[in-house]
Amino acid sequence: MAGKVIVLTSGKGGVGKTTSAASVAAGLALRGHRTVVIDFDVGLRNLDLIMGCERRVVFDFINVINGDAKLNQALIKDKRNDNLYIFPTSQTRDKDALKRDGVERVLDELKDTFDYIVCDSPAGIEHGALTAMYFADSAIIVTNPEVSSVRDSDRIIGLLASKSRRAEFNLEPVAVHLLLARYSPERVRKGEMLTVEDVKEILSIPLLGVIPESESVLRASNTGTPVVFDEESPAGRAYHDAVARFLGEQRELRFLQPERRSFFRALFGRA
Amino acid sequence: MASNLVQGAVFTVMVVRAGMLRDPAFDSQLAEQIRRSPRFFLNAPVVLDLKGAAEFTRESEFAEAKEILHHHTLSLIGVQNATPPQLEAAAGAGLASFAPNAPQPSQGPLREPTRRAPAVAAAATKTRLVTQPVRSGTQIYARGADLVVTAAVSPGAEIIADGNIHVYGALRGRALAGAGGDVDARIFCSRLEAELVSIAGRYLVSEQLPAEQQGFPVQIALVDERLTVTRN
Repeated sequence: MAGKVIVLTSGKGGVGKTTSAASVAAGLALRGHRTVVIDFDVGLRNLDLIMGCERRVVFDFINVINGDAKLNQALIKDKRNDNLYIFPTSQTRDKDALKRDGVERVLDELKDTFDYIVCDSPAGIEHGALTAMYFADSAIIVTNPEVSSVRDSDRIIGLLASKSRRAEFNLEPVAVHLLLARYSPERVRKGEMLTVEDVKEILSIPLLGVIPESESVLRASNTGTPVVFDEESPAGRAYHDAVARFLGEQRELRFLQPERRSFFRALFGRA
Repeated sequence: MASNLVQGAVFTVMVVRAGMLRDPAFDSQLAEQIRRSPRFFLNAPVVLDLKGAAEFTRESEFAEAKEILHHHTLSLIGVQNATPPQLEAAAGAGLASFAPNAPQPSQGPLREPTRRAPAVAAAATKTRLVTQPVRSGTQIYARGADLVVTAAVSPGAEIIADGNIHVYGALRGRALAGAGGDVDARIFCSRLEAELVSIAGRYLVSEQLPAEQQGFPVQIALVDERLTVTRN
């Protein structure tokens, strides 16, 4: 069975791509799917920290691309879940080391053993981000409820529609989903953040989930445990919901305040 | 196999009247036109109309015309309304022949060059249809055509047409109609939230758009040289 490649991407940095990649991958593994999460952010390696495996990194993605190491030498098995593997990247190289044919070869090899290959994209729209998205079957666009993040997400959605392998070979388009992270209902209520409806309206792609802004996310990052393992925290439960929806389940959105006046209307209501 | 070796295609090409090249004001007027919308003109193909320009007979003159237009980022590709000797000289300068060609110099009255769009071909004749949202960073140009978008146009996207623009969705990016200088072009949208709207080079940025029209279905037209927004 051939595994599916999922890219988590955003354009903008600091929106929660790596946090989300870790939790989506762990969430898939918790539901019994064999899952590997790959760090595409060459030179700014973070995924290993978020996953809490930084002290077990020997070989990395670039070593395997260059043929210096075998795949099973570089894959790190998660200590909490047998279905979950982490594929760290190099901290000493840069994005140019991501050669497209090498990446393709590694992904093809991973597809033989894994159900899902979760790719954590670097920020930006340069080589690293383009390589991370190129082979994707699905994309999860991580967006924060603020205008610059939404605009960058919009740009990335456009690139997925034109620069991915599926686009180049005229295959079925990359399935694009929206994950709204760092959502603060309180700040939305004050009009300081865009509402879920505003973001959905602008990006017009299906909404996978809304992750509330939560201290548990920061705590999880610092302890190297994806927040999805924290059943108590709203953010962890929101990631569970998002993964369930990704797999086709219907679930009600949680952790939102009731509908209110649109940000745009509030903005344009003033003369 | 040889049957499909050569295929036909129809293009919209700008026409420059040869007489205008001699006009001292031509250079600055063309530069001004291009400055307003440099991307439309970059490497755009141009045909030299030789109607009433019988004095153009030497190969070197055609090469010179090519050079002048090249200086303006335009690419001279051929001539029309050429007499047989002109055709020969033009061919020598590597220029193609475009119909119609004149057997003898035309006796018809010369058309006054339109002041606003000296270097641009005739009005739109077809429509370009876009059914997907136009994402930030995307530019769509309907050359010589109307543009119809049946989805939203995002902030940071740019849609351009030589004819009219219709957006059946929210217009949040930039929309430039009548890009070739057609002052009768209009912009229609289901919801006005645009960053910039422009018709034939006249433009309004978001700040200048009437606040009471924001978020409503409107049409934008050029009335007495001014962009006018009216509720649909």
